[in-house]
Amino acid sequence: MRFPTAAAPVEIRRVHKTFRRPSGETVKALAEISFEAQRHELTALVGPDGGGKTTLLRMIAGLVAPDAGAVSVLGIDACADPQSVQERIGYMPQRFGLYEDLTVQENLDLYADLHGVGRQARTDIYPRLLRMTALGPFTRRLAGALSGGMKQKLGLACTLVRAPELLLLDEPTVGVDPLSRKELWEIVRSLVRESALTVIVSTSYLDEAEFCDHTVALHLGEVLAQGAPQEIAARASGRVFMASATDGTPARSLQARLFRHPQVVDALPEAGRVRIVTRDAAPPSDDADGFSATFESTAARFEDGFMLLFRARAGEVRSTAIRLERALAGEAGEVAVEVRELLRTFGDFVAVDRVSFEVRRGEIYGLLGPNGAGKSTTFRMLCGLIPASGGQLRVAGADLRRARAEARAKLGYVAQKFSLYGDLSVDENLDFFASAYGLRGEKKRSRIGWAKAQFDLAAMASLPSAQLPGGYKQRLAMAAALLHEPEILFLDEATSGADPLARREFWSRIGALSQQGVTVIVTTHFMEEAEYCDRILIMDAGRALAEGAPQAIRARAPRREGREPTMEDAFIAVVEASRGRAQEAVQ
Amino acid sequence: MRGSAHRVLALVRKELLAILKDTRSRITVFVTPILQCLIFGYAASYDLDRVPYVLLDLDHSGASRALVAAIDSTGTFERVATLRNASEIAAPIGEKRAALALVIERDFERELTAARTAKLQVIADGRNTNTAGTAQGYIGEIAADFVRKWRSENAHAAPPGVRVITRAWYNPNLETRWNMIPSLIGTITMMMTMLLTAMSVAREREAGTFEQLLVTPYRPYEIMVGKALPSMLVGLAQATSILLVAQLWFRIPFAGSYFMLYLGLIEFLAASVGIGLFISSISKNMQQAMIGSVIVLMPFMLMSGLTTPIMTMPEGLQHLTLLNPLRYAISMTRQIYLEGAGLGQLLPEMLGLLVIAAITLPIAAWMFRHRLV
Amino acid sequence: MSRGAISARAPSLRRVVALTRKETWQILRDPSAIAVGVILPLLMLILFGYGLSFDIQRLPVALVVEHSSAETSGAVSALRLSRYFTVHPASTMAEAERLMARHQVSAILRFPPSFARDVARGDATLLVAVNATDANSARIASAYVKGAINTWQDREAKDARSAPEMPNIAVENRTWFNDANQSQWFLVPGVIVLVMTLIGALLTSLVIAREWERGTFEALFATPVRSGEILLSKILPYFVMGMLGLALSVIGSRALFGVPLRGSLWLLVAVSSLYLLVALGIGLVISSLTRSQFLANQITFVVTFLPATLLSGFIFDIRSMPIGAQAVTLVFPARYFVSALQTLFLAGDVWVVVLRDAAVLAVMAAILMGIAVKSTRKRIG
Repeated sequence: MRFPTAAAPVEIRRVHKTFRRPSGETVKALAEISFEAQRHELTALVGPDGGGKTTLLRMIAGLVAPDAGAVSVLGIDACADPQSVQERIGYMPQRFGLYEDLTVQENLDLYADLHGVGRQARTDIYPRLLRMTALGPFTRRLAGALSGGMKQKLGLACTLVRAPELLLLDEPTVGVDPLSRKELWEIVRSLVRESALTVIVSTSYLDEAEFCDHTVALHLGEVLAQGAPQEIAARASGRVFMASATDGTPARSLQARLFRHPQVVDALPEAGRVRIVTRDAAPPSDDADGFSATFESTAARFEDGFMLLFRARAGEVRSTAIRLERALAGEAGEVAVEVRELLRTFGDFVAVDRVSFEVRRGEIYGLLGPNGAGKSTTFRMLCGLIPASGGQLRVAGADLRRARAEARAKLGYVAQKFSLYGDLSVDENLDFFASAYGLRGEKKRSRIGWAKAQFDLAAMASLPSAQLPGGYKQRLAMAAALLHEPEILFLDEATSGADPLARREFWSRIGALSQQGVTVIVTTHFMEEAEYCDRILIMDAGRALAEGAPQAIRARAPRREGREPTMEDAFIAVVEASRGRAQEAVQ
Repeated sequence: MRGSAHRVLALVRKELLAILKDTRSRITVFVTPILQCLIFGYAASYDLDRVPYVLLDLDHSGASRALVAAIDSTGTFERVATLRNASEIAAPIGEKRAALALVIERDFERELTAARTAKLQVIADGRNTNTAGTAQGYIGEIAADFVRKWRSENAHAAPPGVRVITRAWYNPNLETRWNMIPSLIGTITMMMTMLLTAMSVAREREAGTFEQLLVTPYRPYEIMVGKALPSMLVGLAQATSILLVAQLWFRIPFAGSYFMLYLGLIEFLAASVGIGLFISSISKNMQQAMIGSVIVLMPFMLMSGLTTPIMTMPEGLQHLTLLNPLRYAISMTRQIYLEGAGLGQLLPEMLGLLVIAAITLPIAAWMFRHRLV
Repeated sequence: MSRGAISARAPSLRRVVALTRKETWQILRDPSAIAVGVILPLLMLILFGYGLSFDIQRLPVALVVEHSSAETSGAVSALRLSRYFTVHPASTMAEAERLMARHQVSAILRFPPSFARDVARGDATLLVAVNATDANSARIASAYVKGAINTWQDREAKDARSAPEMPNIAVENRTWFNDANQSQWFLVPGVIVLVMTLIGALLTSLVIAREWERGTFEALFATPVRSGEILLSKILPYFVMGMLGLALSVIGSRALFGVPLRGSLWLLVAVSSLYLLVALGIGLVISSLTRSQFLANQITFVVTFLPATLLSGFIFDIRSMPIGAQAVTLVFPARYFVSALQTLFLAGDVWVVVLRDAAVLAVMAAILMGIAVKSTRKRIG
């Protein structure tokens, strides 16, 4: 097949792709996809998991061949001559396979050599990349010892060692904290601006689409819409409102109610209020529940337009009112988790530096912080996976490092990295974890049924879990952690990589659980998600910087441009202030 | 207690699923032991059969021909060439066309007739000293028989003749196969189960699932049992299939009690799984687990009495073999299978295995939680 | 297409060097790989050199002398003096049988009550019973006992007769290539085969599967790298390791056991390289076909380790196997390597043998490498 060379760098024409599962059934991954990415533009593939973003990017990179249709990349037929494509592109897969037993520098050198970057060019690009990714101080650290976000940044740096003609990024900001995310996007945008790069990025962070020139909204292997982000946003104009409770209802509860409202397409807490998108160009009317709120019209964003499109296609929202089957014992104000002067060192390195906090029963407690702040280490100590170097900690009245095994039955844990059995199917995983927590017989069956319905896993039940799309893995992990109705739930970046709808559902479940007395401790990178928490703790470099209710934390940031500061503003203000102090102390 | 058993059972099921879900894995686990048993049953033998030799008969006499006929009639040796002079010997031996060269010296018959000592030279290919030695010994025996017959036939008064009759207990025809195949039960199952268990925890550590397991109510010993049992079950299934091949295919009569055999096997598998789990619990990744088990398996197999008898080893090494579960297993299966040994006779083996299992399994369980990451 | 693009298509030395360096770092960072390269050859040399032997010493024998006489005491002292036996006297056959059942003795030698009379009559029968649960030891044991009796008898015969003339055959045994009949000399090639097999096949069986499992291939595939370059970079460091293992084994076997190398060193290196390539090929093919470390490890172990031990001819002579089993050994590369090694070490450059073995190994290496290249295509899924 021949393509005119003057055409767009990437042209996808009526591409189809189906995969065959080991069970024999075929799964449609892409159907009739057509789009173009224009030269020197930033094109975003946006959509929920299982939409086909990754397959499409792999196809452009020449790693997957389409069943039908044509893929032209830089004027080359990517199906016939993938090698030529790979000579000229940069591709960062979703799970960038860093060599964990190599240092940061060695990983960079490897990719520089593979891309044929000369010595001269390296002295030029390395400092830039290291500055950009803030990995400068860590060049001699093994990649395996980096935090999740740092790994992601190193992956990007490895992809960018050479300025390619086309850059493909598959969910580059998953698991990356807001500070780093901001920096990552700065990098990408400056590349487009200065190096005249063509970039295609896939993302399930809808706010990121705003930075792009062109967006392609994908759902279940089909294109929902494509156009400039403003065009997508415009579809929701006039339907977006900020709701404020007039009776003192917390934003979280108001959001939960509004999200279930038949006239409301989307509801998100934002800076103490709730941002909603309505079906019609009017604020929602009172429903039977009755709520007292005022609505103020506001400008539509890409996210609003996308959710409108998406909900039109995806249909009714699933009921997410999770119900526990047993009442939890204990008083509401009781302390569920207590941490005093918790210390953890790895050699000279202090990962957690005398952190103290308390979480009461039924609270949603958020641990926020940039990558490498010590959140995961704190979590692992709480769960008894690693011993603390100092201080005290009690979870449900016990130190899990020493407590009897039964104490662990009270908690559920979702690790940052997917850690269920990849070669076992969804059903087999659920069955195993149910039994591991002592469920059996009818009870077990009903809990597994509940979990599959709650997390919409029934369609995937027989698929090996390693083959699930990213967001479904997360759901399965959550489902497995909730089977035994734990009193305390530990979620380590449970929503990273989940698509927008899944995240909303996730939080509505968490809210419902906490109302029923489940204590939830969560780490997250999504600052707007902090709004769902009762209290949050901001950590950086192993130290606790600020603790309090979201509005109290938000109040620490100055008002800017006449708008209420968002949690992201507050977070950045707190962390930067602390880092500034540290700098001064050094000087 | 019931809860604990239930949890362990769940882990056992999960482990078995992980092993048996994949068809290739199923074949590796269940078909290869049978194939190995069949192939090694035929191949692993010290019994000489059709040893190729070349003949250089410089005497060309009735006596020399009679000796050669005696050698050929045993069926153990197969003449591949008859040479004409000594310079022709080097090529067939060097090129491995023959393992032996038989040189009947000139005047062989004349010396015998004159009641003197005739000369016979046996040149063997020393690249396999075992075959060389055995074959030479055998030729020597044939020659001795031949000369005895010669003496009596040629009216030389027979010297005080002592006939030695050998009776081989438990294996009347002295077939290597009879002891090799019962030994393979232990060898093959140990190889497979130890690798299986060694990889199992390391695999979970590498995939991050081990931490997920550690936050569930599983106690370390439950994980230990849950990891050990599936491998042992696989091992027992493999042992059974080899046992069937031994009896139905090779027709080696089973003299002992199945109860004793399986009791011994369970102990043996517990010991080797214990070692596997121990290796697994100290390994950071699958490569370390694999190398660890190979480094352990290798001496275990060589120092087990499988290929060479333990009593031929230097004394120090003989004591070291007391740490080797395979040594006990091989000695035990041979005794049960061929001798029909009972508990009284097997006590040393049973105790040895019990001690190994009782040390390695708890250490492994302890290491699950305490290994420094 | 521009000329620049064409030149970029050529394999790049720099990429191969970079990938090889990466692979080398990975090997060096994990102490276990070093263990295979260094500890394993030494361990095996020691085990093979000191541990494996077919020479029985101090075989425990029960002696049942039911009626003591000059003849029996002569025979008994012949046994007692021999370094091959430890004699346990037993008064009755029943007692001796008990000793044997309890594994306190491996053989029973019984002199019947009429032994002295029978000897005088020239028709004596001695009974040797051996425990044959290990047929090989049993055969050796019975041969030793018979030998001891024969020696005693010949001496008696010589002493008894005034005339020394009696027809006899002197069998002159000569063992070419290994005059002292040292089993270490023929076991050393076995060490090399096992070391090469383990380094070549087992280690590499993990390396490609590992990249699939850890997801490191996707990013690698999207670079200009060729699949051939990836394979080459996986082969080179392990090849060097295997050669180091060879050097260690050769030097160690010479230093510890004085095993000669009668053939030429370069030929040894050449044949070993070929075998190493075959082993690497097996590891890589299994690894890239299974894409699972767990499975690759199991399969590789089954197809390489036991066959290299039992079917290669270094313990059990292939010529003694049934035709069917001999045919099976043809498939396993270890057999050719063992044959070539035994020849090169002990016999010298016997071209017919070495060339034939090398040719088969070369063909195997070529086929396996072909499959490895084919099965490592730069595609996901």
